[in-house]
Amino acid sequence: MENAVHTHQLTKKFGSFIATDAITFDVAQGEIFGFLGANGAGKTTAMRMLCGLLKPSSGEATVAGFDVYRQSEKIKQNIGYMSQRFSLYEDLTVRENIRFYGGIYGLRRADIPVKTDQILRKLGIETVADSLVASLPLGWKQKLAFSVALIHEPKIVFLDEPTGGVDPITRRQFWDLIYEAAHGGTTVFVTTHYMDEAEYCNRVSIMVDGKMKALDTPAGLKTAYNVDSMDAVFQILARGTSTK
Amino acid sequence: MNRFTAFVKKEFFHILRDRRTLLILFGLPLVQVLLFGFALTNEIKNAKIAILDNDKSPHSQQITNKLLASGYFQLRENLRSNDDIERAFRKGTIKLAVVFPAGLTENYEHGRSTQIQLLADATEQNTAISLTNYATAIIRDYTTDLNPTVQPPLTIDIRSRMVFNSELKGAFVFVPGVMAMVLLLVSALMTSVTIARERETGTLEVLMVSPLSQGQILLGKVVPYLLLSFLNGCIIIALGVFVLNVPLNGSLLLLLSETLLFIFLSLSIGIFISSIVDTQLVAMFASLMALLLPTIFLSGFMFPIESMPKPLQIVSNLIPAKYFINIVKGIMIKGAGLRYLWQPTLVLIGMSIVFMGLSLRNLKTRLS
Repeated sequence: MENAVHTHQLTKKFGSFIATDAITFDVAQGEIFGFLGANGAGKTTAMRMLCGLLKPSSGEATVAGFDVYRQSEKIKQNIGYMSQRFSLYEDLTVRENIRFYGGIYGLRRADIPVKTDQILRKLGIETVADSLVASLPLGWKQKLAFSVALIHEPKIVFLDEPTGGVDPITRRQFWDLIYEAAHGGTTVFVTTHYMDEAEYCNRVSIMVDGKMKALDTPAGLKTAYNVDSMDAVFQILARGTSTK
Repeated sequence: MNRFTAFVKKEFFHILRDRRTLLILFGLPLVQVLLFGFALTNEIKNAKIAILDNDKSPHSQQITNKLLASGYFQLRENLRSNDDIERAFRKGTIKLAVVFPAGLTENYEHGRSTQIQLLADATEQNTAISLTNYATAIIRDYTTDLNPTVQPPLTIDIRSRMVFNSELKGAFVFVPGVMAMVLLLVSALMTSVTIARERETGTLEVLMVSPLSQGQILLGKVVPYLLLSFLNGCIIIALGVFVLNVPLNGSLLLLLSETLLFIFLSLSIGIFISSIVDTQLVAMFASLMALLLPTIFLSGFMFPIESMPKPLQIVSNLIPAKYFINIVKGIMIKGAGLRYLWQPTLVLIGMSIVFMGLSLRNLKTRLS
């Protein structure tokens, strides 16, 4: 089976600053791939290159089998994206937001109401379908944003710190949605700085100063560094470079 | 196409749900046109004057009547001495004083030349000039009416006619000016703010990841405002023609096409502004400072370009509104066709292309 994401020596420089330094990894289809790192470690830059928002400086990368240099339009058709900042329109109702994203992702007109009902039922928010998004609690908004990012059934969904600022219970519920999507065969590529969330991923990569310092299952990483939590793994890796 | 319509629909939701946007969009033009049309006018009506009649003759009485019947002047007081004149001016109660000398009738009837003195308060120099001109014309009329057959020997008779606007109506100047100002402001301000807002909230990024092309995103932002601004333009033209009695001598079709062109240019400028700024607030200030002030001061809307210092005259060539105002005046008042207006039209087209090109390039580099 073809890899959902493949990179080889992928690099992005801004002037003399190397934001992402020759990272190489593969993500299998249906995998939940965690991308960890402190702020400024280069994880957002890497994700932006994969989404076609940034052109890499060098190296190679394919997403859903398409080349990031030449086939970014094809990639856009096949990925979903949820940014760390909120991606729904506050002055539109829930239903209008769903209709809008369904529309720009080219869903057929007849399919949109069906899809809308599905999402509303799944999230249990039928009662607020015609309320403005601005009036919803943050947790609902984030779940809705995630469902909307999946509206066109993409092969891969990129989540850039999707759970920032919400309570642990809502985060747990959010991860249930992620698992469900992964079960359905969608590859989930997620950046986070919550170490408890790292435990939920199939595999985790840790980035420090633009370089990929580790890549394994959470269990594998904990064994390798002989600690009992992902937090500890991260501490060792991050501190290792900062005291150098 | 489905994608594009979904996008345009969303833009309409944004516009129609925001009361402030609606107010700027439709309240502003209405208020501006009516304000400039009725309240802020440099025409003179009922200016307060004083009369010092040292002659107290039928002639002086008839001249006074003629002045007051013209509608330009209103008698504030009858003065008794020269000292009163200065006092009245100091108090600021009058704008003009008319002094009939003693012996006016006698001199006149014996065929000697005689003088009537006009004194104007020149703290408002334009008003003073207009008032003395009006009064002079009325008095001259009176004397020619008295002796229609007598031609003074060897004088050069000057007859002026105000072509295109014989009544010197201010609305003729203001309506095109306000139209340029409102369209520029609404189109450029609105688009620059809406794009900056998407950048601020992060939704622009989501749009860039979607299969919508950059062109579609830009066009989707432009189309709703193009339609609304065009509606606005039509309202202003209708107000000008039906309420302020500005003539429409030229082709309506040409006027509407030129309006559309100018709106497109304004939108391009708006997108250009939003492509170089980060926040809604900066976008708003940039639009106001970079567009509103130059449009008011340098487009020839308020102050004639011919009387500006040379450097400012050169700068005025960069103001889009200058060309549009010329075009609108040309079409509405002079009835001119494209044969006379192709030059400013071409300038507007050129400016649109430049700004669209610049903003497309900027948007691309800024997002990556």
